[in-house]
Amino acid sequence: MFELRFDERKCSACQTCDCLTKCQYMDIDVDTAKTEMRKIINGEDSFVLHDCVTCYACEEYCKMGNHPFYLIVERQEELDIPPIPYPLIKRGVQIGIPFRGEPKIEEVKEPVLSLGVFANLAYLTQGKLFEGVSLISTDPRTMFHFFCQLMYLHYARTSVIKERLPGIIETIAKHNVKEVIFFHDECYGTFASYAPAVGIDVPFKPIHLFEYLYNRLQELKDEITPLNLKVAYQRPCSSRLSSDKLHFVNDIFNLIGVDSEREYVGENALCCGGIIVEQKKEGRRQLAADVQSRNIEDMVNAGAELCVFNCPACYDTLSHSVAIKGINPIYMSDLCRLAIGEKPGGWR
Amino acid sequence: MDSIYKSLAEIVGDDHVSNQPEELYIYSYDLGTTEPHRPDYAVAPRTTEEVQEILKLANKEKIPVAPLGGGLSLAGLAVPLRGGIALDLKRMDSIIEVNERARYVVLECGVSQGQLSSYLEKHHPNLRHSEPGAPPQATIAGNIAIHGQGDLAQPYGFNSDMVNGLEVVLPTGEVCRIGSCSVSPSWFTLHPLPDLGLFLGWCGTTGIITKLSLKLYPSKKIKSVEQFVVENEDLVPEIVYKITHTEMADDIVAWSQAIPTFSSGLHHINILMTADSEKELEFKTELFWDDVLAEYIRNGDGGFVALSAAMKAGLTSRPQVSKASDWKKGGGFEYVGAIMPVETYPECYRRGFDISARHDIPYTVLGRIIGRSHAMMFSWTYAFNRADPESIRQAREALHESDELALELGGTIWKPGVYGQKLVMERIEPNTLKLMKKVKELLDPNGIMNPGNWEVS
Repeated sequence: MFELRFDERKCSACQTCDCLTKCQYMDIDVDTAKTEMRKIINGEDSFVLHDCVTCYACEEYCKMGNHPFYLIVERQEELDIPPIPYPLIKRGVQIGIPFRGEPKIEEVKEPVLSLGVFANLAYLTQGKLFEGVSLISTDPRTMFHFFCQLMYLHYARTSVIKERLPGIIETIAKHNVKEVIFFHDECYGTFASYAPAVGIDVPFKPIHLFEYLYNRLQELKDEITPLNLKVAYQRPCSSRLSSDKLHFVNDIFNLIGVDSEREYVGENALCCGGIIVEQKKEGRRQLAADVQSRNIEDMVNAGAELCVFNCPACYDTLSHSVAIKGINPIYMSDLCRLAIGEKPGGWR
Repeated sequence: MDSIYKSLAEIVGDDHVSNQPEELYIYSYDLGTTEPHRPDYAVAPRTTEEVQEILKLANKEKIPVAPLGGGLSLAGLAVPLRGGIALDLKRMDSIIEVNERARYVVLECGVSQGQLSSYLEKHHPNLRHSEPGAPPQATIAGNIAIHGQGDLAQPYGFNSDMVNGLEVVLPTGEVCRIGSCSVSPSWFTLHPLPDLGLFLGWCGTTGIITKLSLKLYPSKKIKSVEQFVVENEDLVPEIVYKITHTEMADDIVAWSQAIPTFSSGLHHINILMTADSEKELEFKTELFWDDVLAEYIRNGDGGFVALSAAMKAGLTSRPQVSKASDWKKGGGFEYVGAIMPVETYPECYRRGFDISARHDIPYTVLGRIIGRSHAMMFSWTYAFNRADPESIRQAREALHESDELALELGGTIWKPGVYGQKLVMERIEPNTLKLMKKVKELLDPNGIMNPGNWEVS
């Protein structure tokens, strides 16, 4: 069985415990953080395991390059402290079971982009930005064969991820490609962060969509007309697993001439609330509503005209609410298309 | 030329009668597992007077008459089991009157659910009717003739409980009005005249409903839904009881099915709500999440699904029609709907699961609450492949077992097909059966109306 490579020594050497002290949803001082992390490392109960909203952010806050979030989730499962009610866990775990046949493995020419479990969003991969790109996982009936499974971190079910991920990797690897661009940064985080953290080999190089988009925009630089728009970027939880790629957000924004100044950006970004609302701890519905309200209010105060998404789950959760406030929801790829004079695929 | 055909053509015009095989074929079957039976004539009248003339002719010549609206009962109720005339009522599709303040509509029997919904949305946006989970071409009259239920069943009961008045043509050709419309121009109430409820639930065996008045209800501006999930089916009745106690839900549906995989072994309880403001909606939502069902969430026994606005829009769109016909390929499905005590939900689920497993059909069950937990319509749905006789046979067997199960568990079968009718009549109290026979013989002395159905020997 695959095991999390959590380096206890790094944790012991840490003086700041940023993983917990920076948490936006728990108020924890350094001493408490040290005590609670020790309990978690030792496999003991800790209030952190009960109060964690599973926003992934501590994985980024940790300056020691350790994996506090993966450890928290493993302990939640081991100690049977599920963040959400059991029936919803079962429901979520069953969502990922393919039941409509095997995927067709066809010969593809690189560059290759995997839509993962969002085959129905293939319309977002049109136009010059994606010219010459081969798509995999375009059939909604079989897309769960390409499902990265990382969603189950929210469900305290790393056992499910470890069990299923090797098969998913094998399916993708059958395409015989060296590099795969991942549409969703949850997939990217799976192959670039989680798989190595638990010792699962990935025989292809994952490429972050934003890195691809930035490089492609550079190639199309002459065709860019600055948009001169104010936007708000909704950073997804899984982006915390690839903070080294976060700069591409600003790089793209600078290239296409959009302004994205607001309070809840970068490390300070707020969760969309989609997962918080399902959690069993009392008051979570109100917490989710409060987080969403603060987030959207911040977008309004920043004068955002567009809310830019990468994550379909964030989009589903927030797009209606931001639209009501007069802020158009848009995927990053569509924003980039807008900058090169194309009509966004999502504006059908 | 066939004299009956000629007489029918004189009544409705040449364009609205047929004895051609390709058209009779259409009327020979429904979408369920019932064996097809071809009528001799298909006739589509436009007026009550034409219906009268057709029934007088049929009664005189002793020709069976099988009336149909959308023909969507799935249980074979509109299949002309003894041939004769398939009486297609879809041309009688006028919406005669909507009384906004007294909240009722008077319409002809061929008006469809979709037609009424769209008419109200356009002309009377403050009103709605209880729309069943059937395709939009299902008719209002067909639905009340089988005691159907719709998406307002939880607050207001069966759709046939919402009838304010009827115009019917008896098998012998006389026209009768029932309710206030028999003594006044207003169709606003069925009561308090002596009860003549001889046409609701009789599946067209006692006469033809040609006009009816149906109660309408407030249509609020915002439609929303919450979805509560539990794994333990034994919890469903008490959860439903608690939800109905709030009197805040429009519709409550508990369901479980093998496909798609996420729902297998779980029970989703859809709670549909409406409101005129976000404030009203939040009040109701908070009540369900933070009060009524909070204990189950804290204990980990149940939880609300985080539904996006798009998902909610899908779940509140009308009508909600089953997609189960795809499960076995070949596009077939039929269900046994039974009116059951809500407390039997766990056993209905478990036994239905077993029946499906025995017949190699992915299980699909659903319970729609009628009244404040007074009853539920529980359906066991079986998909089959229309091109595969063995698949149809398996589904038919499963349906028959489910008919028997409904009665065994203390319920009654809703809109039973011939097999289910027989089971009910075997168990029904003898004096009740005698009364049914007397009523039938009195109204239909020659037994021409939808013969083969509800035949008391």
